[in-house]
Amino acid sequence: MKIHEYQAKRIFVEYGIPIPDGDVASTPEEVREITSRIGKKVVIKAQIHAGGRGKGGGVKTANSPQEAEKVAREIIGMNLITHQTGPEGKRVKRVLVEEALDVEKELYLGIVIDRSRDQEQPVIMASEAGGMEIEEVASKSPEKIIKVGANPVVSFSSFQGRKLAYGLGMDKSIVSKASKIIEMLYRIFMEKDATLIEINPFVLTRGGDLLALDAKINFDDDGLYRHPEIRELRDLDEEEPLEIEASNTGVNYIKLDGNVGCMVNGAGLAMATMDLIKLAGGAPANFLDVGGGATAERIEKAFRILTSDKNVKAILVNIFGGILRCDRVASGVIEG
Amino acid sequence: MSILLNEQSRIVIQGITGGEGSFHAREAVAFGSKVVAGVTPGKGGTDLDGIPIYNRVIDAVEKEGANASGIYVPASFAPDAILEALEAGIKLIVCMTEGIPALEMVKVKKALKGTGSCLIGPNCPGITTPGVGKIGFMPNFIHKKGNVGVISRSGTLTYEVINMLTNLGIGQSTSVGIGGDPIVGSSFVDILELFEADPETSLVAIIGEIGGNAEEEAAEFVKNKMSKPVVGFIAGQTAPPGKRMGHAGAIISGGKGTAAEKMKAWEDAGINVVVNPADIGKKVVSILNK
Repeated sequence: MKIHEYQAKRIFVEYGIPIPDGDVASTPEEVREITSRIGKKVVIKAQIHAGGRGKGGGVKTANSPQEAEKVAREIIGMNLITHQTGPEGKRVKRVLVEEALDVEKELYLGIVIDRSRDQEQPVIMASEAGGMEIEEVASKSPEKIIKVGANPVVSFSSFQGRKLAYGLGMDKSIVSKASKIIEMLYRIFMEKDATLIEINPFVLTRGGDLLALDAKINFDDDGLYRHPEIRELRDLDEEEPLEIEASNTGVNYIKLDGNVGCMVNGAGLAMATMDLIKLAGGAPANFLDVGGGATAERIEKAFRILTSDKNVKAILVNIFGGILRCDRVASGVIEG
Repeated sequence: MSILLNEQSRIVIQGITGGEGSFHAREAVAFGSKVVAGVTPGKGGTDLDGIPIYNRVIDAVEKEGANASGIYVPASFAPDAILEALEAGIKLIVCMTEGIPALEMVKVKKALKGTGSCLIGPNCPGITTPGVGKIGFMPNFIHKKGNVGVISRSGTLTYEVINMLTNLGIGQSTSVGIGGDPIVGSSFVDILELFEADPETSLVAIIGEIGGNAEEEAAEFVKNKMSKPVVGFIAGQTAPPGKRMGHAGAIISGGKGTAAEKMKAWEDAGINVVVNPADIGKKVVSILNK
């Protein structure tokens, strides 16, 4: 599950990770008020789940409360198109208004689960190439990324923070501050069942402060059952309506661009079926796994989801009965 | 011979009184598996069709000689069930449970290290050795005894492949579903190692999918350590990046883990890659007939 930048920053604050002074707003008037409270130049940032907001025109600066209100009128309600939103874009409902900082250096901090056999644990990453896409840094100049594996059985040890902070070329006066932030990030990762945390950029100001200028946290869907406070942060407006309906009925559905609808049991078989459609010259309209314990009723609902996608011209049903009973699927299809 | 599951395997089912646990315990017995005990805390002293039920795994080990376990308990209890089996000295632990948080599995894997026990799964269909038995829920009717080893990250796609082989008259030594989660007990490499050493396995069919780097690690192993022929297919050639395709592990992130990259790695390693899943059986036949 993904959350917004302003929500991630609220979690940072709970853990004592410094962020710029600011607040979230959903109207231009609120933006003006927040700006006058901050009392200096501000940055106004569109709050959508996709990345690449700056390039799409969703991040702008303003020098006065009046200018901030004017800029907010342009951003709130706009259809923001980035390389991650697809051509249809995302409507902006909220903006984050924050003080503009006097930045000395842009860095990167991140945590993911490293799935390789010799790790299979969280890995904390840092890079002096902040502000850039980390994937790009990894492919062009991998030596600029410093990593340290974090064994959760041992828990965090301060050498890990030092390894990264000194590796980033930090002055010894701020190393312990940086190390503390890294430790808190790791604690968020472990305590909230995150799958990814990124601060990009993680900035050092001319005044010697370290702050999270941006914040991204993705959570493990399988861990949400024990984090009601995280489940509440879900923003349904950021999701495909048909995908929400599907998840409510216990069906795993992802909308795609083609016109052949598919209904399959099992994720692997569902992907292989999509591949077969493509090989035959067609294009799949969706991924749909009805799951192991599907009832006739669930199949019927899944069928309704498929047929409500206007692009669907034909439907392919591929069921290999194992746990799932084929007669239930058949009666669901007939009733649907 | 076979791998993992053999004539000496004595199976305990953890969660045997639940709906799935009892159903699949009976199916396993019908397939010929030696299910010697069940465990459900609080239900000790009862039985399922004469299979004794205990409160603790250690009782099943001491009283019934259990040395393999199949786990069918809900996600929030499954890590505990795995650790209990491990502590009781069970050497083969197969966990079918779906939805265990990835960070729980990170801890379980640290606990497994150095114990000599093997965990298959979670979120997997289990293991089947035709003629011996099964742990898990692969359908009984699709298998045939033979010499092809099958390894897969998925469930139903695995049945499809096993069924395809059986229909062509080709039997299997053992079929292993390693599971669709980001962190699983045994990787492709662990199972490939066992098949390479198994005298009854002459060819391995391997079914991968998008996400992670288990396929790339398998390629490395096949290239350097494997003498037996391998046939491979990767599901998810049409999957878009950033979307989790059902399995928690099946997600293309940061431009990594695409089907195209994995197929290339396999081809470079000398694996016979098929683009169309319907061709897996034919490919196996053509190599066996060489």
